[in-house]
Amino acid sequence: MSDTFNEGITCEFLDDCDIVWDRPDSLLDTRLHYCPGCGHSVVHRLLMEVVDELGIRDRTIGIAPVGCSVFAYNYLNIDMQQAAHGRATAVATGIKRVRPDRIVFTYQGDGDLAAIGTGETIHTVNRGENIVIIFINNGIYGMTGGQMAPTTLPGVKTSTTTSGRDVSIHGHPLKIAEMLALLPGAYYVTRTSVISANHVRKTKKALLKAFKYQMEGKGGVSFVEVVSNCPAGWKMTPVDSNKWLETNVFDNFPLGDIKLPVKD
Amino acid sequence: MSQKHLMKGNEALAEAAIRAGMKGYFGYPITPQSELLEYLSVHLNNRGGSFVQAESEIAAINMVYGAAGIGERAMTSTSSPGFSLMQECISYIACAELPCLLVNIVRGGPGLGTIQPSQGDYFQAVKGGGHGDYKLIVLAPNSVQEMADFVYLGFDLADKYRNPVLILSDGALGQMMEAVKFPDYDIEAHKVDKSEWATTGNATGTHKVITSLYIKTEKMEEVNLKLQAKYREIQEKEVRYETVETEDADLVIVAFGLSARVAHKAVDICREQGMKVGLLRPKTLFPFPKDQIKSLAEQVDQMLVVEMNAGQMLEDVQLNVSGKIPVEFYGRMGGLIPTPDEIVNKIKSMYEQYNPMEVTHV
Repeated sequence: MSDTFNEGITCEFLDDCDIVWDRPDSLLDTRLHYCPGCGHSVVHRLLMEVVDELGIRDRTIGIAPVGCSVFAYNYLNIDMQQAAHGRATAVATGIKRVRPDRIVFTYQGDGDLAAIGTGETIHTVNRGENIVIIFINNGIYGMTGGQMAPTTLPGVKTSTTTSGRDVSIHGHPLKIAEMLALLPGAYYVTRTSVISANHVRKTKKALLKAFKYQMEGKGGVSFVEVVSNCPAGWKMTPVDSNKWLETNVFDNFPLGDIKLPVKD
Repeated sequence: MSQKHLMKGNEALAEAAIRAGMKGYFGYPITPQSELLEYLSVHLNNRGGSFVQAESEIAAINMVYGAAGIGERAMTSTSSPGFSLMQECISYIACAELPCLLVNIVRGGPGLGTIQPSQGDYFQAVKGGGHGDYKLIVLAPNSVQEMADFVYLGFDLADKYRNPVLILSDGALGQMMEAVKFPDYDIEAHKVDKSEWATTGNATGTHKVITSLYIKTEKMEEVNLKLQAKYREIQEKEVRYETVETEDADLVIVAFGLSARVAHKAVDICREQGMKVGLLRPKTLFPFPKDQIKSLAEQVDQMLVVEMNAGQMLEDVQLNVSGKIPVEFYGRMGGLIPTPDEIVNKIKSMYEQYNPMEVTHV
C-alpha cells in the first residue's frame, strides 16, 4: 500500500518549484498504524522535524514504550530501543550515563509513564538525567482496548470504568507533570497539544527547546507533555475528540509552561 | 601477573569488573551483595565508568538494557529477591540478545528468607527465571579468585554470544576474604565489533532497532529458533568443569560453588579413610556438563549430589544419569552450609546400603 500512497501526485514543473512542505528525512516513508485522527502521527512528525533541523540523527537514540507507540521505531528513522512497560526512562538513563555525548529521549504514554513506570519517571527526573521525556497523555490505555488510565478524567467511561471513573473507587487523575516540576532535577516542564495548527506549532517549539537544552548540557530533564486524543478508545470522531479536549480535558490539564529554566 | 590482594569476594568481583572495561554499573542495595555496590560507588566513576544507584532492581536491570544496547559493557548485581524482580527485563535482554553481566549473590529463600548463603536460585538461574524460552550462560565460582576470574570470562562470553551471562554465587563467597590475583587483561584486545546492532545513532541512513517484539508469529518463531541454535552451540563449546580424584573413584560427588568446596574437603577425608570418592564440579551450570555426568555414570557405582537447597541441580544430574546408577542427595537449606563431616557420614551410609548385585552396567 505504501508504494502507491503518493501515486498521482506528479507535476511537470516540479523542478522549478520551491518545496514548501515535505516529509522530514528522518520520518520513514511508510504508512502509520495509528488510527485516523490520532495525535501520535503528528508528534512523530514534529519529533523528526526537530531531529533533522538540529542535525542530530547520527547521535540520537529514542526509547519506545509499551503501548500504541511501541512501534514508533517502524516510523522514525533513528536508532531506537524498545523498553519494557514503564521502564523507558531507566533505559534512557543507562544509555546516557555510558554515552553522555548521545542525545536521548523517551516517548511514553500515560499508562507507561504515569502508572506502571511512575517510580522510574520520578527518580529519573529527580536524578536530573540530561534527557528529553515526551509524554503523550490521552487519558486511556489505547492498545489494550480502552481501559482506565491514571489520567482518565472523573466520570469518563472506559472498559474498566463502565459507569464512569468514580474517584472514590478509582482515585483521581494524576497530574504527573505538576508533580515532576517540583523536583530540582526537572529543568523544563511544559504541556501542549496538537489539536490545531497553532497548537502544533507550539508543540514543535517546545520539542525544539527541550532537545536544545539537552544538547547544551543544561543538566536536568526536559519534559514535554502533549495532551492528546484517542478517537477509537474514546469512541468519538477525530473532530469530536478534539472538541472534547477543548471543552473538558484542558480544564483538568491546563496547557502552557509549568516550569521554565532558571536564567543563567 | 599482578600481586596478591586480600579481598572479599564481592569486592574482588567489583574490581575485576572495572579491570574488564565495564562502563556502566547499575545496582540497588541488598544484603549480602552490598559491598559490590559500595566498592563500585567509590571506584568506578574515577576509572572511566559510570555508577548509578538505581531506585529499584527493576530500574537497575533496565539501565543495563540501555547501556548494553548502546554497545558498552554493563553489569548489575543483586541477591535473590532482587534477582526475582529483574526477571522481566532479563527475558527482554535475552530476546534482544544484549551482552551484559548479571550477578546473583544468593541468599536463603523463599520469600524475604534470610541473609545467609544458599544455592536455592539454581532453577531460576538455569531454567529461565523469566517468561519465554531463553537461557543465560551461568557461571558458578567457588572461590574469591573465581569471583574475579569469571567476570572477565563472563564479559567475553556475553560479547561472543550476544547473551546475558550470570555469575551465580552465594552470600558466603561474597563475604569471605581470600587472596586474589587479577590477571593482565587487555580491554582493547577483547573488544568485539558491535557496530552492526548497537544503537549509537543512525549515521548510515539505516537505523538500528533493539526490540523483543515480533507480532508476526512466524517471525517470533524464527527468533526463537535462532536463540535455540545459539544455546546448542553454547552447550557444545562452552562447558567448563573441574574433577577431583575421579579417575579411580567408585562414588562421585557432584556439587557446584560453595558446596563443591565443602565436598572437596569431604573427598579428602574419605580418601584418607580409604574410600574411593571423587568430585565433579560444574563451573558452568548452563551449559551443564551433561557428557561428563553421562560418562561418570558408566564408571562409578553411585553419585551424591550436594547442594545448599532442596535438590535442584540434582534433577539435571538424574536426567543425565538416566537411572543407570543410584543418585543420592544431601542438602541444607535456610542459609545453612553442609559440613564435610555431614557429607562423609552420608557417603558412609551410601556405601553401607549399596548392593552391587542390584546394579548392572550396560
